[in-house]
This record gives sequence, structure tokens and C-alpha cells, in this order.
Amino acid sequence: MNFKIPAFSLVALVGASGSGKTSFARLHFKESEVLGSDFFRGLVSDDETDQSATNDAFDALYYVARKRLARRRLTVIDATNVQRDARKTLVALAREHHCLPVAIVLKIDPAICQDRNRDRTDRDFGRHVVRNQSLQLRKSLRGLKREGFRYIYVLSSPDEVEAATIERQRLWTDRRAESGPFDIIGDVHGCYEELRTLLAKLGWTVEIGDVEGERRYSLSHPEGRKVVFVGDLVDRGPNVPEVLRLAMDAVADDRAICVPGNHDIKLLKALRGKNVKIAHGLERSLEQLADETPEFRERVVGFIDSLISHFELDDGRLVVAHAGMREDMQGRASGAVRAFALYGETTGETDDFGLPIRYDWAQDYRGRAMVVYGHTPVPEPEWLNRTINIDTGCVFGGRLTALRYPEKELVSVPAAEVYCEPVRPLASAVEDGRDAQQLHDDLLHLEDVQGKRLVSTRLRGNLTIREDHATAALEVMSRFAADPRWLIYLPPTMAPSETSQRQGLLEHPEEAFDYFHRAGVGEVVCQEKHMGSRAVVLVCRDEQAAVERFGVDTGETGICYTRTGRRFFADADVENELIDRLRAAAEEAGLWDDLETDWLLLDCELMPWSVKAQDLLRSQYAPVGAAAQASLEFASRLAGENRNEAIDLSELARDLGRRQGSIDRYRDAYRHYCWPVESVGDLRLAPFHLLASEGAVHCKRDHWWHLEMARRWSEPAGDLVRVTASRKVDLADPVSRGQAIDWWTDLTSKGGEGIVVKPREFLATGRKGLVQPALKCRGREYLRIIYGPEYTDEQNLTRLRARALGRKRSLAIREFALGLEALERFVAREPLRRVHECVFGVLALESEPVDPRL
Amino acid sequence: MLLTIPTTHTPATDLGYLLHKNPARIQETELAFGRARVFYPVANEDLCTVALLLEIDPIGLTRRNPADAAAEQYVNDRPYVVSSFLSVALAKVFGTALGGRSKERPELAEQAIPLRVEMPVVPARGGSDLIARLFEPLGYTVETVRYPLDPAFPDWGMSPYCRVTLEAECRLSDLLRHLYVLIPVLDDRKHYWVGEDEIEKMLRRGAGWLADHPDREFILRRGLKRRGRLTRLALQRLTGEEDSDQELHLRQRNEEEGALERTIRLNDIRLDTVAETLQESGARRVLDLGCGEGKLLQRLLKSKQFERIVGLDASVRALEIAHRRLRLAEAPPKVKERIELLHGALTYRDRRLEGYDAAALVEVVEHLDSARLAAMERVVFEHARPGLVVLTTPNREFNATFESLPAGEFRHRDHRFEWTREECQAWAAGVAERRGYSVVHRGIGDEDPELGSPTQMAIFTRLES
Repeated sequence: MNFKIPAFSLVALVGASGSGKTSFARLHFKESEVLGSDFFRGLVSDDETDQSATNDAFDALYYVARKRLARRRLTVIDATNVQRDARKTLVALAREHHCLPVAIVLKIDPAICQDRNRDRTDRDFGRHVVRNQSLQLRKSLRGLKREGFRYIYVLSSPDEVEAATIERQRLWTDRRAESGPFDIIGDVHGCYEELRTLLAKLGWTVEIGDVEGERRYSLSHPEGRKVVFVGDLVDRGPNVPEVLRLAMDAVADDRAICVPGNHDIKLLKALRGKNVKIAHGLERSLEQLADETPEFRERVVGFIDSLISHFELDDGRLVVAHAGMREDMQGRASGAVRAFALYGETTGETDDFGLPIRYDWAQDYRGRAMVVYGHTPVPEPEWLNRTINIDTGCVFGGRLTALRYPEKELVSVPAAEVYCEPVRPLASAVEDGRDAQQLHDDLLHLEDVQGKRLVSTRLRGNLTIREDHATAALEVMSRFAADPRWLIYLPPTMAPSETSQRQGLLEHPEEAFDYFHRAGVGEVVCQEKHMGSRAVVLVCRDEQAAVERFGVDTGETGICYTRTGRRFFADADVENELIDRLRAAAEEAGLWDDLETDWLLLDCELMPWSVKAQDLLRSQYAPVGAAAQASLEFASRLAGENRNEAIDLSELARDLGRRQGSIDRYRDAYRHYCWPVESVGDLRLAPFHLLASEGAVHCKRDHWWHLEMARRWSEPAGDLVRVTASRKVDLADPVSRGQAIDWWTDLTSKGGEGIVVKPREFLATGRKGLVQPALKCRGREYLRIIYGPEYTDEQNLTRLRARALGRKRSLAIREFALGLEALERFVAREPLRRVHECVFGVLALESEPVDPRL
Repeated sequence: MLLTIPTTHTPATDLGYLLHKNPARIQETELAFGRARVFYPVANEDLCTVALLLEIDPIGLTRRNPADAAAEQYVNDRPYVVSSFLSVALAKVFGTALGGRSKERPELAEQAIPLRVEMPVVPARGGSDLIARLFEPLGYTVETVRYPLDPAFPDWGMSPYCRVTLEAECRLSDLLRHLYVLIPVLDDRKHYWVGEDEIEKMLRRGAGWLADHPDREFILRRGLKRRGRLTRLALQRLTGEEDSDQELHLRQRNEEEGALERTIRLNDIRLDTVAETLQESGARRVLDLGCGEGKLLQRLLKSKQFERIVGLDASVRALEIAHRRLRLAEAPPKVKERIELLHGALTYRDRRLEGYDAAALVEVVEHLDSARLAAMERVVFEHARPGLVVLTTPNREFNATFESLPAGEFRHRDHRFEWTREECQAWAAGVAERRGYSVVHRGIGDEDPELGSPTQMAIFTRLES
């Protein structure tokens, strides 16, 4: 016998001890699909036969079953299940997870069971046990259907058990193999003319033929598209029968798929003669259908009856249901799922118009699948958490709207007239220029950032954010970071080149060149490394752009923040002036129009360093310089002026003199990066990446493009925007390398921090995947403020060279991937929490312990 | 780092006998943290100067990661200033002289001779007169010159370092013992772990002078790294006073928190007032949002009325302290059931906060950037939506009465804003209006007729719809 069971179901094996359930399960199911009571008894008590452990064993078994069902995994319960109470729990469990319960009964002669048990050393219970179980089983058989099992199979002999085969069938809702493209059409409600206009606008050819005196529709689209109706074809409108005819023919030809709406179902009940209240437009359907033939009405009944609550399409990426579908119900089957698909969820309250208040499930939707639905007329279809309601109230004089999938393009046609006055006026969603998603994103949820997290990135797959790191990030984010709506990116940390073994040096460009060369990169860009503070600058073209694109309604038009997401300036006036000047420069440089954007995101260095590092300078760098200089000067003079002829202090004096030189160079090093700032005019901003603008993350552009954009910006900006000097290096050419090294030597001897070496491509992959996006090579003098004024003594250097770069490199790559992921998501207009998750991740990774001097 | 001790005692070269170091040689001693060199740049009958030059290995210092946090950075002042490293070196290099013994010149060791100490870089943290305060009572003439932070940037002000010259007619051993004890006190740091044996060391080196020093508590406290218990123990032993315990404790508080003593009382009054307000409201399930170290929770826990108490804070560290303060680890199950500490932030919607009767926000809002207040408002008043919200925040107008607070500054470094009464009331009225609450305002603390109370309290009550 061949049994068909749904691919997602809860299978209860029913049979006495010794009836062969376990062997049966082993034969037909995966080991992990089968949860056996004996196994769980063993798990909790070390003894599979310990009956006193039964309650605990079932607790654990149900717990695991719940986890599996929540993950939509077929689950088999291998227990006797001969008692009604045990089965009742299973049916409830199945319902809880909208899963179909299946019973497979092994009705085996008790004598055979006993024989089998006798052969087993671990089954020494009395004969009465099996006898009782068999008795209970027989009594149960008739009630199984009433208990709620949707599929019941009985195997009455060992031979039948032997011969049984099991076939798993996909659920009716499962159309994941169909990937479209689709034209998903909102609630039609008998608006036949508008439907035809819309189909024409979408590029469909509709031919009407004649089959035995009946009109027969035939739909075709040159791109091989398919129509998806979100339900509510009927009621209220002027031509219900023709809409039905078209839809039925298209579904029959596999040109369309259709899910039922609440109106369709109510019409079905009415046509079947059930007692329903004739209201809300049902009367119009019935009037119109009364003119049709009984055969046609019969066909309508059959059609509506065959409709499946909802569909999962395109590998689970798309879900279509009339009133929407919660994530935990998608691709499942139960009365509750069907009810949700038809009516959505209500809060139980009614509004001033006497209509039920709907619980807005989309607000809490966190699923990965896009959900397209209708049911509640809205003035504008708006994306919210990957869901969209496309019922634009055609029958109420609105529009009939289609969503093209996968294009996400909305196409609509206006209603020819108002066919029905709405009970409740269509609410205007547009409150202040922000869309539904932005209004929703006004507040982020703790559960979207707290605890251990796995963030999936395009560049590096799944990245783990550890719980303790997320905890640390939460504190920083909540206490110091700017408004998350502005915070669409955080820059990655940057690793230094490998440690140089050259005398007197820790870092040198040669090692950076070698790294990229080894990784398979042919050409690199060397950029001057500015010594200031990392700054991310977001500039909007105007206030409207800030509101519409970022949902920021505070009147701000941009932000300048640090690498930990803090506002750079405590003084809003300074920030505003900076943003204003940058905006004006972008305007003059023609960047808005060239990039077709009204916002720009830049990765920059802001100088002088002393703006941000004032505390550090006054509490650490300057005091050490003052102490060192005074101390060595005194000692040096003492040794130099030695009046004790018995001892020779000349070597000491020389040594102290040399150390004094180190201190002078140390003080010079930090002094280069300090100057007084009285106004915005004293600031210098050096942009080096134009990270993103409307519709694009510019990671496909090479660094020359980024530098060119920065250069164009700098021209009208005067001194404010500083151009980053750069050199191109062909790694295979020693001359080219040598020139770059000379440049580095020259830059750093004049007080420059160093250079940053980047592969020409923003995203460079080498032989082992993504390579470091950049390596820094800091200058000998600059490093005094990192490793101490006198680090250049060879005996100090020898020890300092032992530094491990692995962690820092790994961190740099992960942060890079997260940062770009945040931007990709933002540009794709994903919900803010999806962007924030990545930005939060970068901040969390920053709490990983890494040598801070790297 | 360096220090020199010149003497004009005749014959001055006797200094070599007192120190047990031959003026005709450069002497080197290896130490755990570097190397000490002793030499005499001047050595004649009229003037003899000994120099102790300490070379501290900065890399080793950082790599060993000692108890001293300042040394964790490669860029640190330890190699250049006199500090506890010098004390250790003095004991090691001049141990005999420090003990007041001299093989060759025992009578001279007992004799007061004209001595000077020159220290080019002394870190003196805490007031410019500190050096004089510590050394003058011991009979020294003190001369100090403070260095600027960086002559290239005069507006950065002065550094914490002074060039110091001390001059006195005294025994060499006394001078060395004074330096041994007082240098780390000036620096307010010690590079090693300080335990009970440190009391022993300080009292031994302080024998005969520390007990009579007017700043003895201060010296002991800093010398024992501000560890209260050690300080009290040391003081008891030093003075033999039984009751010094409490006295010291009080004085310590006064000194450290100075004029803010009033604030401590204010904090207690504030917390009591909030606890009473919650009590009177009849609330049973309460939230302390921004509970910090749990002082309000402690009060709430005492009242049986509160069946469920939840403290939330963004700082894990604060929650750990609260956990200890409330002794939750060893609390009986009944207590553990009543109270829970949560890590969270008021800028994220948090379902765990829903369904409570009342919430306290004591001195919390002023720690949020004003741009994030809107998020906090939604989290608390729209989503958590307790029946009662008791909020306190400083009244900025009252700041005018704090003499130590410069005009326009806030009471705490982390305050992002402080409101006047009018500003607070305007904000609260907006929240109440938007979120369906009514609000009343009260003052906490002694009221000034013009400026109001130091703390303002807003009590929001949810309007039932």
C-alpha cells in the first residue's frame, strides 16, 4: 500500500509494544525525524525501560517536537499512542504549529507483539500490558478522525507493514518551484473594465473565444508572466460574472493563480444555500449571477471551493494571501491559517464606523519572504517590513493596482467610477512626507539587536555577533550614538602592513605591497593617510530629502559622525555650517545631477586631530612630552657638565642627547596634527570614499573614481575639502614600487602619518577570497605617538616587532563586510532594523579585544 | 628619571660614605623594571652631589601590564618622572643609608647636615601647594616651578609636573625616608599591588615623623591607593586612636566629595520621595528605568507592596554593582522572584517592560541626547505604558546656588542637558498630551524662593480611555 502524507506533518505512529513501530519508522523516515519515547526515557534517566521516567521523557520529547515543528520539519512520534489523551496532546501540538496530524496505525495481532517482546531482553513486562494496549488501540480506531487526524492509515498485519510505502506530497500552498515573473493584482470586486485596462497596461493579450456558446478567455503575455489574484474578485462591483469567468479561464489555463478572499468565500456559502447575511455587496454578486446559467454558477462554486488559502512562491521568497500572512503561518495548513489568510487578525474591538479594528500584523512582521496582500483598501500601496497591501480600493473609486514581481514595480489604473461608497473613508497615510516604513522605523526594537546574532552579508556570508559584544554595543549605541536613522554605515577598522624587519622601522610599504601581490592583486593605489579623526559625512540636498529618504523630521539636513557613531560636534551650529558648505560644494560640482541623487555618504578624515583628541592630548601626549623633555634636559646637562674627573660621563651624555632628539621628534609628531580651531573655516575634511548615493553603493567603482569624486567636490569647497594625494603602483614593477616607497619616505619625514595601500578595486578578491580593503603603513615619526617617544631604539624595536596581526585583519574584513551590507540594505530600502543590525554589528565587533596600537 | 642630592657639608665627599657609594665610580644596579645608575657629577671638599639616574624600560613596563593602569600605554610618563619606581630604587640602592646606618661615618649618619634635593620632574596631582603642604611641615624650604603642557600651545595650560628643590639641615636618612614615602603620594600612584604589607612599609619609613604630620591621613590614604580599610588600619596603628575609624571616614567623604556633601543628602531625599510616591500610588508591579547601582531598588524591595520590581540599565557594570548591593546571589527565592535586573536601553522598544503599574525614571533623561528623547518617550509612554511614571531631573535654575559650578555648566559631565522648570514642564506637557497622560510637577530638596528646588519631579498618570 502506498501512503500519501503531507511533506510537513506530524505523524503519530499508533501501535502496541512490539507492533514494529520503531522498525517501521527507521525504514521510512530519517533518523532525526523520529522522536521515540524509549529514546527520550533513556535520555532523561539512562534507562529506556524506566517507566517512572515517562513523564519527564515526554516533556522533553514534546519540547523537541515543538522546536522541529516551529522550523517546519516533518516529525514522527514513535510511542504507543494507544491512549486518547496521548494523541490529544499530539493533535494540539500539530494545531499549535499549523501542521497536519497524520496517524499510522499498526494493528498487529497481540500474540505476534508478545513473541517479539519475548525475544527482547529489555521488555520484561507482563503479557497483560500488550493485551491492554491492543484493546485500547482497537477502541481508538473509530475515533481518530474525530480526534482531528487528517490522514489515517491502518496496517493490519506484518505483511501489510512490510509492503507499505510512503510518499510525501508537497502542501497545496507550496508553489515554491514557480518563480514567475508575476503580475499580482489587488482586490477586483467585479471591476471588469478596470481589470481589462490594467491587463492591457501590463502587456497582456486577452482573447475571447466561444466554446459551446460560453465566452472563453485566453490570456497570454510575451514575457510568459503569470497573473496572481489576491482574492475578493466578487461583490460590490458592476460585473462580477465576467471577472470570475476571466479568472477561472486563466487559472484553468495555468496563466493565473488565485487565492480566496473573504468575499469570495461568503459568496460560495450563499451559492451553496447556506444562511449568510446578504450585505456588503454580496447582493450585487447574487443579482448578477442570477442571470447566468446554473452550470456557470456550479462552476463558480467549484472554483472558489478549490482555492487554497495562500501560496508560497519563488523558492519561498514570495507569499501571496488575501489579508496577509504571518511568518509562523506561511506554507502551513490549519483552520487558523485559512482564517488569517481570509480575514487577517482583529483586535476584537470596533471603530467609530462599527468596523472591526484590524491588528496590523505587518508592523511586527520579521519574515524573509515578501508578502503581497489586499483586503483593506489603502490610498497608496506602501512597503512595510517586506510586506505590501495592493488593494487601492478600485470599487470605491480608487485604483486597481498590480505589483510586478520580481521587479517590485507598481502599475495601476483609475476606477471609471465610484461603484460603492466606502463605509469608512480611506485614511490618508501620508502624514509628514514619511512613508509607512519610516513611521514604523521611528522606533527600533530591542529584540532586533540584543543577544547573540547572526548577520548574513553578501561579502562574507553569516557573521556572528557574540552576546557579550552586543551587550557592550548596546550601551554605547544607546548612550552615545546619533539617531539610528542617520546611522546607515560605520567604517571598518584598518590593519597595518606586516611588521617590517628593516632597521629602525616597524612599518614599511614593501610589506603592504607584498601582501597584495601575494593575494593576486596587480595594481594598488597608495593614498596619503591624513592624521585627523575618521568622520562619516552624510549630506542631503535639502530638508525634504532628509525627511523622505531618511525619515528624519527634525529639520536637520545631514550629519557628521565618528567611527563609533557619535556626533562629531557637540555644537549643532558648527555641524550645520559644515554640512551647508559641503552641500553648496556638491551643488556647484554638479554631483547631485550626475549621480541622480539627493543625498551623498562620504568616508572622510577630519582634521585637525586636536578637535577630537583634545582630552587625549592634554592628559597624555603633551604631559609625556613635557616630562620627558624636562627630565632628559636636566640629566643631559648634568652629564655634560661633569666636574668629577674620576668618572667619564661623556658616553652617558651622548646617550642622553640622542634620547633628547627622540623626544623632540615625538613632540613634533603630535604638534603637526594640532592647530587651533576657531570656526568651521579652520577645519579640513579629506573625503576618500563616496560610499553611496540614491540607488547605489559605489563599491563597484575603483578608487580612482572615488578620488575623482572627492577632487570634484574639493574644487568649489575651497580649503575646507582637502584632496588626498595618491600614487598608482604596479606591483610587478620594482621601479613603480620604488617610487611609491620614496614618496612614503618623503611624506613621513615631513610629519605625514603615512600612507594607505588599497587594491585598485574597491572590492578586491584574491586567491583566497576577499582581500583586505586597505592596509596602512605608518611613518617612523608618527609611530612615536603610538609606541612611545623612544620606541626607535633598536632594543625596543626588537621586542615591539612581535605583534600579531591576525585578529586585526579578521576584524577589518568582517567590519568591512558588515558596513557595506548596511549600505546595500539601505539602498535597497530595506527596513531600518535590517540596516541597524549591521551597523550595530560593526560597533559590537569593535569590542573584541585587539591590540589597540595596530 | 633623575634626582640629585648636593651637600655643602665639609668635607662634602663624606656623602659617599653615608651612601656607601664611591664618588670615583659610576655604579650600576639592575632592577626588575630597568637600571639604576649612581654617580657624582661634582665631588670635592665644598660641594658633593650624588645623582641617581633611573632608566625605566618602557616596553617591558607595558608588556608586563602591572597594576598601574597608566603604564598600559607605551606613551606614558613613567620613564621620566619621579614615582614609586624611585622609592623602590632608593630602598635598593641606598638601603643602608635609608636605615640610618653608615659603617665609615656612623656619627655623621646621626647628624643633621645641609642637604638639598633637586628633582627635575615631580608629578604633583591635586593643587599647586601640595608639595609645600607635604614637605614644609618636615622642615624643608620648598621651591617649585611648574612646566607648561606644551610651549607651542600656550592655551593648553600647565602640566601636572614641577621642578622641585627641597632644602634642609637634616639627617640624610630622614631625607631619604621622606622622599621614599612622599613621592608616590604626590604622584598619587604606585606601580605595584598594595596590600596590608604596604602599611608596614609606610609606618617603618614614617617612624618618627608621619604620626605628627598634619596631613597624615591624606598621606596614608594616597599611599595605600585610597583603599579605605587599609587606611583605617594604618591610621589606628599610627595614632593608637580607637575612634579614628569613623572620624576618618567622615573627613574622607568631606574631602573627596567636598561641597557635594549636600548632594549626597539630596540624592537620599530624592530616592525616598520617589519611593514614597510609588508607594502611595498603590502600584504593585514597578519598573526602575535607569536603575544604576540599585539604590532605589533597595528601597522598593523593603516594601511588601511591590510584588514585582524590575530594574533596567544600559550599563552592565552598574547592574553588576546593583546585583551585589542587593545581595541577589544569596537572596532567598522569595526575594529573587520579586526582583529582576535587565540590561536594556530606553531608546529601543522593549516588550519586557510592558504590563507594569508604575515606572521610575530617576535622573535618567538628562543622560540622553535630546535628539533621542523622542525615542525614549515612545518606549516608555507609548509601548511600556505604565499607569504611573515618576520622573526626576535636575532643575538648572538652581545651579546658580552651587558656588563650585561655573555658570552654564552642568552638574555632571555626562549630562547632555539640564532643564529649567519651564522647559521641563513644557516637555512633560507635550508628552502627556501626545500619549494620553496627565502630569503634575513637584520639587525635591530645599526650595529657593526664586530658583525653585534642586530637583524637579514630574508625575505622569495614564488617562484611562
